[in-house]
Amino acid sequence: MRHTFVALVEDKTGVLNRVVSVFRRRTFNIESLTVGRTHQEGISRITIVVDSDKTDVVRIMPYMYKLINVLQVEDLTYQPHVNRDLAMVKITATPENRAAIMQLAEVFRARVVDVTNNSLIIEITGDEEKIDGFVDVLRPYGIIEMVRTGIIAMERGTSTLINNMGESQNYELPIEFKMA
Amino acid sequence: MNKTGAQIFWECLEREGVDVIFGYPGGATLPIYDALVTSKIHHVLVRHEQGASHMADGYARASGRVGVALATSGPGATNLITGIATALMDSSPVVFITGQVSSPLIGYDAFQETDVTGITLPITKHNYLITDAKDIAPTIREAFFLAKSGRPGPVLIDITKDAQQATIDWEYDDKPAHLPGYRPDFRPANTEFERAVEMIHNAKKPLILAGHGILISGAMEEVLEFAERTQTPVADTLLGLGAFPGSHSLSLGMMGMHGEAWVNKAIQEADLLLAFGMRFDDRVTGKISHYAPKAKKIHIEIDPSEINKNVQVDIALVGDLKETLQKLLPSIKTVDHTEWLEEINTMKGHSAVRDIKNLPDNGHLYAAHVINALWQVTKGEAIIVSDVGQNQMWTAQYYRHDQPNTSITSGGLGTMGFGLPGGIGAKFAMPDKEVWVIAGDGGIQMTQAELSTIAQEGIKVNIAILNNGYLGMVRQWQEFFYDKRYSATPMKGPDFVKIADAHDLTGLHVDSRDQVIDAIEAARKNPGTVLIDFKVEKEDSVYPMVPTGAAIDAMIRRPLPESVIQES
Ligand SMILES: Cc1ncc(C[n+]2csc(CCOP(=O)(O)OP(=O)(O)O)c2C)c(N)n1
Ligand SMILES: [Mg+2]
Repeated sequence: MRHTFVALVEDKTGVLNRVVSVFRRRTFNIESLTVGRTHQEGISRITIVVDSDKTDVVRIMPYMYKLINVLQVEDLTYQPHVNRDLAMVKITATPENRAAIMQLAEVFRARVVDVTNNSLIIEITGDEEKIDGFVDVLRPYGIIEMVRTGIIAMERGTSTLINNMGESQNYELPIEFKMA
Repeated sequence: MNKTGAQIFWECLEREGVDVIFGYPGGATLPIYDALVTSKIHHVLVRHEQGASHMADGYARASGRVGVALATSGPGATNLITGIATALMDSSPVVFITGQVSSPLIGYDAFQETDVTGITLPITKHNYLITDAKDIAPTIREAFFLAKSGRPGPVLIDITKDAQQATIDWEYDDKPAHLPGYRPDFRPANTEFERAVEMIHNAKKPLILAGHGILISGAMEEVLEFAERTQTPVADTLLGLGAFPGSHSLSLGMMGMHGEAWVNKAIQEADLLLAFGMRFDDRVTGKISHYAPKAKKIHIEIDPSEINKNVQVDIALVGDLKETLQKLLPSIKTVDHTEWLEEINTMKGHSAVRDIKNLPDNGHLYAAHVINALWQVTKGEAIIVSDVGQNQMWTAQYYRHDQPNTSITSGGLGTMGFGLPGGIGAKFAMPDKEVWVIAGDGGIQMTQAELSTIAQEGIKVNIAILNNGYLGMVRQWQEFFYDKRYSATPMKGPDFVKIADAHDLTGLHVDSRDQVIDAIEAARKNPGTVLIDFKVEKEDSVYPMVPTGAAIDAMIRRPLPESVIQES
């Protein structure tokens, strides 16, 4: 079962290492990891996806909270949320097949961001399946290189991690703790 | 005012109330040591940094105050590792300070450079690397707050040499630590309280599992009040010894792998377990699937990550134990559990025959006799710091603690070598208290060099070596589970009396039962440190014993001698 954790952390040296260590120590393999700034200064947001059959994956949350620099953690797995991944794919393109490739890109709402005589870079965003599908159709043309950002995720609706953090600042125990 | 980082460092420690620090100097702490000369803080020069780490830990456990250990970079810092991990496992508030190479050298494999914050990341509650003198004061403040609050634990501060040397314009201020992600004080929801009260009132066979959290939280009175009002018997974890008066009629003794037989049986029979500040360690639960099958479980614990970690509980009240019990107590009615208490008493009676103290004298000296005598002579009032192994378990079984924070031992990590330095730390914390170190012949040798620290400091601790000529606990496992193949467990020790002598301390040999009390009394009377080498039965085992992976009531019991079997 796949779990998507999102965390707000203090933007300080070594914090990512601490967060990742929580997973490493319990031998979870991280499938995807993204870190970036938020609109609030000094706060970074981390999205971590793990695929694990181990039931104790839910225990990750309380362990993350033990980290002093972690402000808020949520497991979005069971909440309605939006997932996005971004990929850039570099493929060989000849004058003969370039039009066909660009047409495919159009169908997938991907964008061509670099063109040379014999190559193209195409950028695509979407959920994972969409990107996987796009990569599959490109394969026969000859993929030279590919890079993906990894998944970022956000809860649907008005609820936000930062609001939730504000609420839990009076130290009432978040429900997840009790059931973890 | 212009001050160097090193001067700021000492001033901040003084402001935190530090009176003694355990350390060992080196190149990367030279500026700190230079500034020590004008500080009011007493520095204890250890013989190995591991010693410093356990001394700071022993100090913290005996007093409840934060202990401090100081080491240089590289090998000094790595020598602390065992002590840091020991403190983490037992939630001990210790601040570790290490020197680091100058910041421009970090990452260049400079002489004695080690990635100390990297190494200690998983064994500290939190750690810091300081490269700038202006960060020293706020970091020390945070470190002490973190070490002591919530679930206590070790915090490490690595300070570069240039940060120690730099001069800055600085004035002390007591701004509170800014830790937006740190939530040490959870409060349980009211609805959970109501359910808990109902469960407590409905219980017919309740049992309190008294853990270290009672001592940390200072909830001794509340637990006593709770136990007496609800007539609930109390079983202790190893680190919970002393949290509830051992001679109280409701006190059952220790639970778990080497717990009393009746305690483990009572846990299996109970219909309600009240886990107070304990974490259901595997040494306590035995086989989880068979643990306390009839019992509902209420867990009061400050660390949310402990809830449902090992044992699934019915109600979790996450918060400080003292506060939680204070909130709970007004709703708790007086109840009577005479039947349940009698049931346990009967179990207790059946076990007594196997107690080595009650077996006929065969002329041999058993460790149990030594500890029992020590308990009687000291009236159960001494601070007892045990090492690890059989000696530790016998101490836990036979020394009854009526006072909190008088039983000190490495529980979670089981660190051999903890005893002697742990005892030194405890003595510095409680100079007016009688301190006894109890160690095996193996464990004492691991940190024996600290005898020299004792001599230099001129302090008095009493040291009892339970000398069985074996790494006894491992030998016991080999006896039970490896067909008595004593691989690498027989151990030839030195003449400990001569060792004591070499340090200008007093050493005594004891090899028969009739010398035990005299030796203990002689040690107590002596103003200096006395080491007693008790030559105890070589192949005795700790009973009862729950084999790993077995249910806690499936215990190996002490075999009865022929004479006793025939009598009964
Ligand atoms: C540092 C360390 N190394 C190894 C062990 C494993 N161990 C646990 S008990 C024990 C034997 C201890 O022997 P001794 O100190 O003589 O005490 P005894 O059991 O004989 O009382 C050993 C080797 C340990 N707990 N700690
Ligand atoms: Mg031994």
